[in-house]
Amino acid sequence: MTYLAYAVAGWLFLAGSLGIARSRHLVQAIVALSIAQSGTYVLLLGVGFQRHAAAPVFTADMTIRSAVVDPVVQAMTLTDIVVSATITALLAALAVQAAKLHGTADPDDLRTLQG
Amino acid sequence: MSRGVRMAVCAVGALGVAVLLAAAFTRMPAFGGAHHPYRDAAVGAAVRHATPNVVSSLNFDQRGLDTLVEEMILVACVLASVALLRPAHHESERPARTGGRVLPASRLVGYVLLPVTLALGLDVVLHGHLTPGGGFQGGVILATGLHLVYVTGDYAALRRLRPVAWYAYGEAAGAGAFLLLALAGLVSARGFMADILPPGRFGALFSAGTVLPFSAATGCAVVCGMVVLLAAFFRQELQITETGEADR
Repeated sequence: MTYLAYAVAGWLFLAGSLGIARSRHLVQAIVALSIAQSGTYVLLLGVGFQRHAAAPVFTADMTIRSAVVDPVVQAMTLTDIVVSATITALLAALAVQAAKLHGTADPDDLRTLQG
Repeated sequence: MSRGVRMAVCAVGALGVAVLLAAAFTRMPAFGGAHHPYRDAAVGAAVRHATPNVVSSLNFDQRGLDTLVEEMILVACVLASVALLRPAHHESERPARTGGRVLPASRLVGYVLLPVTLALGLDVVLHGHLTPGGGFQGGVILATGLHLVYVTGDYAALRRLRPVAWYAYGEAAGAGAFLLLALAGLVSARGFMADILPPGRFGALFSAGTVLPFSAATGCAVVCGMVVLLAAFFRQELQITETGEADR
């Protein structure tokens, strides 16, 4: 079970990347990108995990020596999620306009650039 | 590039990445182990600054510069999305259709949950330095709460609830306040994004130095950014139509 979290992270990243390559619709490509990005969340949180440790929020009955999971990677995951969400919105806006301009949202049919 | 060739190239690349990942993962420290040097340093710094929530301390104090850049990415993405979703020159805006049937249950859920969600969002923003939460999480909850009005089937009420221009100002004000707070550290000669407020008592509402103001500024920028962004998508979907012949 030691490598399960890392394997899941790698699997999500690769599955998402493959999803982008074989997508038939721009929205499908955007969702696949989100899946690939989810792999980085799992990887980061997996790196910071410690067995039987608490969340990194200190209360009165905890001391500085209490075992907590790594908050550094959690903060990085939060940054990751925020950037991922905003990029998804930007890509969705691009997909809306591309579909309106070309009448199709299949990446294979969007071969030429149009002004 | 044909589809077959593309998939072949992709498969070769994916295989290479998979091998590299597997090689890296086998040499990583054991999963769930107790060796976390960055954790120890971050926890020590957070406790010295009287911030119980170490993640907030990292986001708004120790790694504040990252959050500043993240905030700018957020603003840039919202700006770009709104610019992309403007009506094009062959499109025009029509008033949104009203009416339609909404289940009483979803209407009730929307109206009941609106105040609850807003209170929860404010709580998450304002106690982000003490309990799990912070500006980003609370901002998203607040923006979601506002859009519960749309679930009740009342787009007109949603538009009354969120005059988009004010939220656009709010987003700029939130991001600007974040930058000014960061510069205030420079003015006080302690360094960019330095902790200029006293740390206070551990666990008190007004404690943790500048974490709370930074978190509140972020919350303001996030809730306003989300509202502006979703408003652009709503307008695109519900109000913009093509006029005459498209010129493609």
